[in-house]
Amino acid sequence: MQIRPILAALRRHRLATMLVALEIALACAVLCNACFLIANRVALLHVVSGVDETALATVQLTGYEDSHAVDLNARVLAGLRSIPGMQSVSVLNSIPFGARRGTAGITLDMAGQHFGGVVEFYVGGPGSMQALGLHVTSGRAPQVDDFRTFEGLMPTDASVQITRSLAEHLWPGTDPLGKDFWLDKWHYRVVGVIDHLVRPDPSNWQGDSKDWSIFVPALPGKYLAGSYLLRADPKDISRVLRDARTTIAKIAPDAVFDEEGSKTLSDLRTDSFRQDRAMVGMLVGVIIALLLVTALGIVGLVSFWVAQRRKQIGIRRAIGATRADILNYFQTENFLIVTFGIVLGMLLAFALNLLLMKHYELPRLPLYYLPIGALILWGLGQLAVLGPALRAAAVPPVVATRSV
Amino acid sequence: MFAYYLDLALHSLRRNKVLTTLMVLALALGIGATITTLTVLKLLSGDPLPQKSTQLFYPQLDPYPKDQPFSRSGKKLPWLMSYVDAMNLLHARKAERQAVMAMSEVKVTPQAQDGKPFYAHGVMTTADFFPMFDAPFQYGAGWASADDESREQVVVIAGFLNDKLFGGANSVGRTIHIDDRDFRIIGVLRPWAPQPRFYALHLSGRNYGMGDAVFMPLLSARADGMTPSTVMSYGPGSDMQHLETAPSIWLGLWVQLSSTDEASAYKLFLGNYAQQQVALGRFQLSRVALSDLMSWLHNEQVVPDDVRLQAGLAFGFLLICVVNTVGLLLAKCLRRSREIGVRRALGASRGAIFAQFMVEAGIVGVAGGVLGLGFAELGLWGIRHQPAQYASLAHLDLSMFLFTFVVALVSSLIAGLLPAWRACVVAPAPQLKAA
Repeated sequence: MQIRPILAALRRHRLATMLVALEIALACAVLCNACFLIANRVALLHVVSGVDETALATVQLTGYEDSHAVDLNARVLAGLRSIPGMQSVSVLNSIPFGARRGTAGITLDMAGQHFGGVVEFYVGGPGSMQALGLHVTSGRAPQVDDFRTFEGLMPTDASVQITRSLAEHLWPGTDPLGKDFWLDKWHYRVVGVIDHLVRPDPSNWQGDSKDWSIFVPALPGKYLAGSYLLRADPKDISRVLRDARTTIAKIAPDAVFDEEGSKTLSDLRTDSFRQDRAMVGMLVGVIIALLLVTALGIVGLVSFWVAQRRKQIGIRRAIGATRADILNYFQTENFLIVTFGIVLGMLLAFALNLLLMKHYELPRLPLYYLPIGALILWGLGQLAVLGPALRAAAVPPVVATRSV
Repeated sequence: MFAYYLDLALHSLRRNKVLTTLMVLALALGIGATITTLTVLKLLSGDPLPQKSTQLFYPQLDPYPKDQPFSRSGKKLPWLMSYVDAMNLLHARKAERQAVMAMSEVKVTPQAQDGKPFYAHGVMTTADFFPMFDAPFQYGAGWASADDESREQVVVIAGFLNDKLFGGANSVGRTIHIDDRDFRIIGVLRPWAPQPRFYALHLSGRNYGMGDAVFMPLLSARADGMTPSTVMSYGPGSDMQHLETAPSIWLGLWVQLSSTDEASAYKLFLGNYAQQQVALGRFQLSRVALSDLMSWLHNEQVVPDDVRLQAGLAFGFLLICVVNTVGLLLAKCLRRSREIGVRRALGASRGAIFAQFMVEAGIVGVAGGVLGLGFAELGLWGIRHQPAQYASLAHLDLSMFLFTFVVALVSSLIAGLLPAWRACVVAPAPQLKAA
């Protein structure tokens, strides 16, 4: 296939060529960035929680008097444990994908000069860590003595488990076991490292910081009440939660059952990412519409070119060009135009990414998106040009002998 | 002449139905997406109190104490105020009206025997809240400043709560059970829900959606142990029970200043207050800010990122659709070079040819606008079924309805410029010869 005659022909249609190339360039820029946004959201949807979501549910109670909290805990724990199929009931202040009650900034020194980061404190009663199904990868799980009573937000001095990604962030490359950190004047010591434990609100955090969580063992009491973790067989969990609601109405009529907050963890996960899923749907819709419009534009213009060059095509056929030659001509022509558009589009894609990075918390566009975008657009161009090109190839040589 | 061009354009559009449909469809998709996202953007970035917003101001201070290492809050001033500062500024009464406020989730227990307690959005505030924000009363009225200080157990409730608890009857004088305490109802509001809920910004996570249910005097609500939804602490010794003395910020202060003179006078007063606090050894820095309502909403980026991103995306899409339309119109008009040649030879001026093709582009635009309106309604229907605070508010209003056609016409005329220009510079002689 000779490229020079194609280029010569394109030079006579500079304006239309530029328009198609411009359209491809814009499509390339939007496509790459939209795909990147989708990939980011999808990664968020698949965030590893580190807990056995399918086997867990939570019951959230509010509206009771603080002075009744201890009594309420006793009633609720005993009452819920009597539900058939219930494997365990424990108290936990924050719930993955649910209630958030322990977000705070920590420091690596007592004076508060070396800021460590904003982390999530999961304050849990006995049994809650096993119920969550957390994996301790080094160090130890909490022992009976670690669970102590406390006043206020959380225990002021405790031996805690932290996630691996938080350990990596706080003390990169060193063994986190035995290290200390502070929340204001409160002191904590790392005795165990857990694989993963996602924050209650992973949507609001970037990258590894979604997993910056700390498990603080504590005994239920006035300041740790009203938030319960239920564990049952995944087959039973929905039924167990329904039973829990009716049981609560009987054993704790003084408390308000929080309908929004009391769900299975699978449902909470679905709820917390609903907005992100809607955004992914919208982005996919835009991409499809975009590719469709671009393809239609190419079909329209190439059809016009084919109609305009009917006679020339006839002449070429008459002097020996095969159908494949004609088909090839239009395909190569389209490939050249699209390539030109893609080169321009890659620059635009980077410019758009810079703009997005400036206004939104978005990382840099990875380079491998560009060849993928290019492949899609080349494919789209070839697909769009196929129809008109086949019609061109079907032009009979006899056209050359007619005057019109 | 216009009628003739219209006739010509319709004839030409009818001749190539597929191409025409493609053009209209592509343009309509772009317009539909743009109008949908712009409607949401306009809704979310709107003025919550159009008649009053220029008179409402939000003061900010930096309460970080002198004996602490330098503030971590960076360049931005803290969003909220400590109790001490808010009360000092409130009692100074340097503005025409002023009110402090905090949001709280409160338990409401209906008086009926089988009434289950439920949670409602509450506002703890002071007397000027209602007249300052033009909150409309159906029954009764708000409380007076004296009631704030004497910690009266009074409450103003929203119309929807009155409907729920009292069937919409005049409930002034009756009692309502909030957080297990009795409050006497002194006023019932008409439906009132400014969008965005500017006064609750940074005080609760809810910036849009339905209005608040109960409004209580701050001091009596605090005396009953109600706690604010948002408390940020900047030093040790924070305790939810003693927020009034704790190093915590948890209150918003709004002031009404009718003229720019009053506003600059208030700014001066605020600056003096901060300097005085520095001199007293309470503050580290004397920086202050006084933003009017709309700049406050703008600076705090109350519109969610996703919504702005969607609007940007839709504009990009519209741009591609316009480029697409340019290409297709160009193809159409170049195909008709011969027809143009004949018209030119018969005496039509270049301007006439230009006008003819612009009319054709305009028709495509109007058709695209009508279809785009359908797409926009479909898009808004989709938004209303999204899990967002503002979902139920997404409706097309008259101005956006008209704007749809403006966008459609402008984008199609821009798309038509290049093809029409190419058409009018066609040299007639070669075209006639070829025929």
